[in-house]
Amino acid sequence: MKNIWTIARRDFRSYFMSPVAYLVIAGFTAIMGWMFYMSLAYYHQSSMQYQQMNMGKGASITDQIIRPVFGNMNVVFLLLVPFITMRLFAEERKNQTIQLLMTAPISMLDIVLGKFLSALFMILAMVGTTLFYPLILWMTGNPDFGPIFGSYVGTILMASCVLVIGMVYSAMSENQIIAGALSFATGLFFWLVSWAQSTAGGALGDILGYLSLISHYNNFSQGVINTSDLMYYLSFIFFGLFLTHRVLDSYRWR
Amino acid sequence: MIHVSNLTKMYGARTAVDNLNFEVKKGEIVGFLGPNGAGKSTTMRMLTAFMPATAGTATVAGHDVFRDPIGVKRNIGYLPENPPVYLEMQVEDYLDFAARLHQVPRGQTKKAIDSALQKTQLGDVRKRLIGNLSKGYRQRVGLAQALGHNPQVLILDEPTVGLDPKQIIEIRELIKGLGGDHTVILSSHILPEVTATCQRIIIIAKGKIVAEDTMEQLTLRMKKGLIYSMQVKNPAGADAIRKVPGVNQVTIAGNKLVIEIAPGSGEIRDQIVSSAMQSGMGVLEFSAEKVSLEEIFLQLTTEESV
Repeated sequence: MKNIWTIARRDFRSYFMSPVAYLVIAGFTAIMGWMFYMSLAYYHQSSMQYQQMNMGKGASITDQIIRPVFGNMNVVFLLLVPFITMRLFAEERKNQTIQLLMTAPISMLDIVLGKFLSALFMILAMVGTTLFYPLILWMTGNPDFGPIFGSYVGTILMASCVLVIGMVYSAMSENQIIAGALSFATGLFFWLVSWAQSTAGGALGDILGYLSLISHYNNFSQGVINTSDLMYYLSFIFFGLFLTHRVLDSYRWR
Repeated sequence: MIHVSNLTKMYGARTAVDNLNFEVKKGEIVGFLGPNGAGKSTTMRMLTAFMPATAGTATVAGHDVFRDPIGVKRNIGYLPENPPVYLEMQVEDYLDFAARLHQVPRGQTKKAIDSALQKTQLGDVRKRLIGNLSKGYRQRVGLAQALGHNPQVLILDEPTVGLDPKQIIEIRELIKGLGGDHTVILSSHILPEVTATCQRIIIIAKGKIVAEDTMEQLTLRMKKGLIYSMQVKNPAGADAIRKVPGVNQVTIAGNKLVIEIAPGSGEIRDQIVSSAMQSGMGVLEFSAEKVSLEEIFLQLTTEESV
């Protein structure tokens, strides 16, 4: 456990010693701030209209702000997480610092989990910058906290899935660009794979639908945390970590 | 401290290390000498439990490299060919990280780092980013990393590459000073390096040990009789020297005579010089030619490849 922490601490700090962390976080907050502002403005406009026309209970914060904002956050993570993960192993191999880790009295699992945690902390730091959105909503309105909480959990899980995809490729390639591009492509594939669900139909369609990252997210955004969805994300992450461990182990046999 | 038996490493069909057997005792400094591509680095990687052997076994500090790699890793300090330094880190932070990785107890890291910095004379650059340091400094940071946790065994792969002459001498002195407390294996393809630092030398070529002995023994073994050289005014009387019992051969090169002595002839320098003086050659200089390790090395490694 201490070894995992040693690795995670160094990697997390090293994000902030290069421009990567600042660029990624700045990009994320700019895009998300814009999205939140737009949703807020749109919500404001439509609730005015509801009031004027006296139409029922009015616009919904959950449907008009929370769900679109978090939906967009997931897309932004799909784009940005590869930038976080691509360096994890590729850079260590290129600079041969991986030899320091591999000849230190720590297990390979320590290395994998430490790296995973360092990138996860980056994602949590990014998510953390959005915490004032619910605060604003709470101060000015009456939001339903269930969907907000569910959306946060779902988003972090989904971003973690993209993270482990990125780890596998970073372990495979010495080239960061290749690792990053492949992670994005694979992430996008798991994102969109459910589009083929209706065309494929039958059992295959069900499988494709089940494989998709996005189809398990919908429940979270409604504030429903389902065991099957949770299991899907957790096993996805577990499998990714397992693959990374195998790839790392193969270094020794080359 | 280190036992290696029948250690073999194949890369596909190519044999990089072929059936190595050797032992290193506690406190010894042993040099691995060999031309590039002889299998030095591969052997070292196997000893660090980084790379598994194709066949054979090795134990380091009582731990088998295959069965108990963590036990091996706990007892070694390793400096690979390229120092494994993070360019974006400060020297001090890097050494702290390395010490944590090697599970140096929390209270002792500060002391361990200070001592490693002092040994490698890096005190002035402790707050500098490693990326801004020159190659020689990075090499020393790598060495400080290997020393940081005070390991029993140090495995140093070409430790003085990239250093300037003054630094090379300092690092050699440092390594010499490590003997006794630490067991050191270092590799090099530079002969004077090994001559200057090591008590025992293992010469490898094409993955095999071609010679293994102390410096003195190697020189002795390789001597095919003694050679003296004599500078004279007039080399015409060389025949008189040829008649001295024990002289095998005299070759004349200008004013210089190269005199080969048959092995086991005893001390005959007196006779040689007096016969030269009697024949009026006018001796200017008389000296014994030493066989350098360089010659031994070339002889051994080329003999093997023929």
